[in-house]
Amino acid sequence: MTLLEFFAHNRSEFAELVLEHLFLVIMSTGIAVLIGVPLGILLTRKPALSKPILGFANIMQTVPSLALFGFLIPLNIYLFQFKIVGGIGARTAIVALVLYSLLPIIRNTFTGISNVDPAIRDAGRGMGMTDRQLLLQVELPLALGVILAGVRVATVICVGTATIAAAIDAGGLGRYIFRGLRANDNILILAGAVPAAMIALGADLLLGYFEKTIQLGAGARGKSKKLLWAGLLIVLAFLGGMYFFTDKGAGRIAVGSKDFTEQVILGEILAQTIEAKAGLQVVRRFDLGGNLAHDALVGGEIDLYIEYTGTGLLSILKEKPLADPQEVYRRVKEAYAKRFNLEWTEPLGFNNTFAILIRGEDAKKLGLKTVSDAARVSSQWRAGFGQDFMSRADGYPGFSQAYGLHFEATREMDLSLTYRALAENQVDLIAGNSTDGLIARYGLFQLEDDRHYFPPYDAVPVVRQGALQKYPALRDVLTQLGGILSVDEMRKLNYAVDGEKRQAKDVAREFLRGKGLVP
Amino acid sequence: MNREEIAIEFRDVSFALPTGRTLLAHLNLQVNRGETLVLLGRSGSGKTTTMRLINRLIDPTSGQVIIDGKPTEDWDPIQLRRRIGYVIQEIGLFPHLTIEQNIGVVPRLEGWEPERIRLRARQLLTLVGLDADRFAARFPRELSGGQRQRIGVARALAADPPVILLDEPFGALDPITRRDIQQEFKTLQQELGKTMVFVTHDIAEAFVLGNRIGLLKDGEMVLLGAPADLLNSSHAEARAFAACFHDGQAIGRPA
Repeated sequence: MTLLEFFAHNRSEFAELVLEHLFLVIMSTGIAVLIGVPLGILLTRKPALSKPILGFANIMQTVPSLALFGFLIPLNIYLFQFKIVGGIGARTAIVALVLYSLLPIIRNTFTGISNVDPAIRDAGRGMGMTDRQLLLQVELPLALGVILAGVRVATVICVGTATIAAAIDAGGLGRYIFRGLRANDNILILAGAVPAAMIALGADLLLGYFEKTIQLGAGARGKSKKLLWAGLLIVLAFLGGMYFFTDKGAGRIAVGSKDFTEQVILGEILAQTIEAKAGLQVVRRFDLGGNLAHDALVGGEIDLYIEYTGTGLLSILKEKPLADPQEVYRRVKEAYAKRFNLEWTEPLGFNNTFAILIRGEDAKKLGLKTVSDAARVSSQWRAGFGQDFMSRADGYPGFSQAYGLHFEATREMDLSLTYRALAENQVDLIAGNSTDGLIARYGLFQLEDDRHYFPPYDAVPVVRQGALQKYPALRDVLTQLGGILSVDEMRKLNYAVDGEKRQAKDVAREFLRGKGLVP
Repeated sequence: MNREEIAIEFRDVSFALPTGRTLLAHLNLQVNRGETLVLLGRSGSGKTTTMRLINRLIDPTSGQVIIDGKPTEDWDPIQLRRRIGYVIQEIGLFPHLTIEQNIGVVPRLEGWEPERIRLRARQLLTLVGLDADRFAARFPRELSGGQRQRIGVARALAADPPVILLDEPFGALDPITRRDIQQEFKTLQQELGKTMVFVTHDIAEAFVLGNRIGLLKDGEMVLLGAPADLLNSSHAEARAFAACFHDGQAIGRPA
């Protein structure tokens, strides 16, 4: 499929994403102007403030966007009854984007006004202008070109950064990019990236044109200027209304997911079962990056998502790894209830851990079942590992020691390439993910981790206790999902999406029908 | 002299920078209504400082500047400046406004009717010798230096202030334009009968335009009197300036 065909097929979705993107950019830049220009003016009046304020704006620009989102989500700041910061969605994305675009606006306002010819300022004051008159009638009009240049830079930054906002369910063209990265689909990535670049270019040209007209038509008629400002204010007010009054999740149950294929399928499985069995309205807030799903759950932005026991233990609770699956499950269940008022319900039945893989025919020919079996014959083998596995302490270094493994050679490559390398006989053993669809596709064999070196990563729904009390039917649904998915089935579902390029929601529906859970 | 006749008076005025450097020391002088006082001196002698004390862009460190019988510290600075026209060497026309708008700045601040402002601007353009139809809608960058300086003068006159301060207004012009504009200004001066304080370092200009001349050196007034007094003075600074004047005359005289 070419890019143009893609746009033709997904016209309405594409239009919606572009609008979402524009909404994010216009809102953020608009608010940044409303904050940044007065701040810049303040700095020209109180130069002592310029160091702390410009310093703050400078630091904001260097904070990685995902970290900033993670910091903003749990804040939950209210102004009267309106939430202004916190939670997942456009609101938090806009706050972050505003923080990113402040610097160029403040700095250019400050320099623009400071660079007004002192003789002109002196003439104005000598003629009896008050500070306010001097600012509004002389300094601001003369600095307008420079200020607009700052707005231009801020807008272009916003268009780019807004793509990352898709990681916290804020919408926009980033959705295509994230989906494309996940599915390794270049067309999807381009479908997000190319229009985003075009928007950036368009905004740059448009604002550049304004900048020029302002400089050429210096002293343009007051009336048309007033109309322009009034128009801008109306647009901002309208968008501001959307900002506060569109609350996607009100009165409905919100299902979240992390940002990879398996999670989206599991999110669909949760959502569709709840819709069919509990008869509740479901809001899907998928593709949350990093640990944002957890943050969103704690913040009450979503009601449940699928977490893995090992991830809960190691990266949320920051405890030491444990081998026994039951023990890990017991620990996270207890700690989550105490610390977060969250409940781990029934495990779905599969464990998504590191999988030590060899070719199926090798396993059969040599009669290998466990990693210990392989350790006896592996000295002539070549192994291929992803960068992540090679570098982490509980990856290759600890693993090879635990089993006394030796290879003729170890090659470091991108994780997604290791499967094919194994299938094509370029390497003889790899470490993949146990639920990866490619395992089934290439007929690979997973050696049993007989010394229980890798911690268990059992997939389990994590739910807010508040949601369980509010919707009693939810507990029954989650009990029905207990033990429903084997590793093998999960691999097939993953392959249906990643390998066969089918939609996650269709794959989930088909699976649930097979189990008799949805009609 | 009748107090009513004094427009500006300096009483033992000193001004020092926060660093402690004294720019003006113990200045005493009176400017009568309708008179043009020229402040003459080298760069850094305190001429501009004296001007800025009059329209209260700065306040004296000690002593009092009295305008119309009232010390400047008792004036609202905005009110004070609106009744004092101000022309500076850099002119300081607003580049984003047309000539007409530039001239109309103070009347607009004073809340005049737009039509009255327009008529006043055109009247002043004619007064300073520029064709109102041709120049009203232009921007400052479209004018020559001499034309711009005429606009500067017109702008200072716009709200008909009783006092005008001119800080080396013709300093940046070429000698020929400068001579023309000086002559025109002299005529204007006689027509309008305003009180003026005129700063220059050019003694010939001081002679053409001044009723009286105040000679400043290193922040002190070394001489205050009629042009003839300056030529006859034995003070070293006065003789230095007088020598320049004679040289100029000598060059101008046919051999």
